[in-house]
Amino acid sequence: MILAYEGEFTQEITKSILAMVERNMDSTGEDSSIKRKVFNVMVESLQNIVKHADNNSSKSHSAVFMVGKQKEQYTIISGNPMNNDTIDLVKDKIDKVNELDKDGLKAYYKDIIKNTKISEKGGAGLGFVDMARKSGQKLVYDFQDMGTDKSFFALKSSIERL
Amino acid sequence: MEILNLEGAEDTPKIMLDKANGIFEISGRSLPEDSAEFYQPILDWIEAYGNDHNPSTDFIFKLEYFNTASSKLILDVLSALEDIDGVNIIWYFHEDDEDMEEAGEEFSELVELPFEFKTY
Repeated sequence: MILAYEGEFTQEITKSILAMVERNMDSTGEDSSIKRKVFNVMVESLQNIVKHADNNSSKSHSAVFMVGKQKEQYTIISGNPMNNDTIDLVKDKIDKVNELDKDGLKAYYKDIIKNTKISEKGGAGLGFVDMARKSGQKLVYDFQDMGTDKSFFALKSSIERL
Repeated sequence: MEILNLEGAEDTPKIMLDKANGIFEISGRSLPEDSAEFYQPILDWIEAYGNDHNPSTDFIFKLEYFNTASSKLILDVLSALEDIDGVNIIWYFHEDDEDMEEAGEEFSELVELPFEFKTY
């Protein structure tokens, strides 16, 4: 485990988390290409939480972010509560990304960037596509019912170490 | 025309747009909290420059990293430059950064502008 964080997510906290993990990878002499990929996936994952996490959640429902390092790979996990009515949209997006191979992801990325406007939350709709492209791995997700009209959305990406 | 000069930060790129000295450069890291807001002054500057531009413009991108929201805005910057005659894009990437090289190639396929690729 390199880092585990639970609590409020803002741009300032995003920057701090990025800096901590970068320092960790620098201190272990990680390969620069792997460092860039980990950084890339972390940014999209963290900014997803900042933009989409439900800000009205009580403390016990706050979001989490973790970076783990194993011999063969880095694992980046995010988790945040999500309204049940947005689950299908998110599932469809990730399932579509997971069906595509390298060339398919490239074509999908170009299609979205050409035809999509930035949303009012500031997203380009490219986060999952980019995470899949940079990690080179399928995205793994899970939704756990939280009892009310919310579910806990967990997303895991892995980056292989050379 | 006024110079647009923004110091880079850990989440925003350095911007230097200077018509008189022929310097047009976006460099560093781009992951602002609100990418549309950050890039708006740049898009405004380019629009004004288009009305009274130099005979040729070498526009440099020397980015170490950009997030997906920034990628959309970088395409908007390139699209704005497409409307100006004599623009040449110089896309720098770190010599071992294949992803940044590929990103430049993808942008070059999305706009009608000459791209020159250089490593640093």
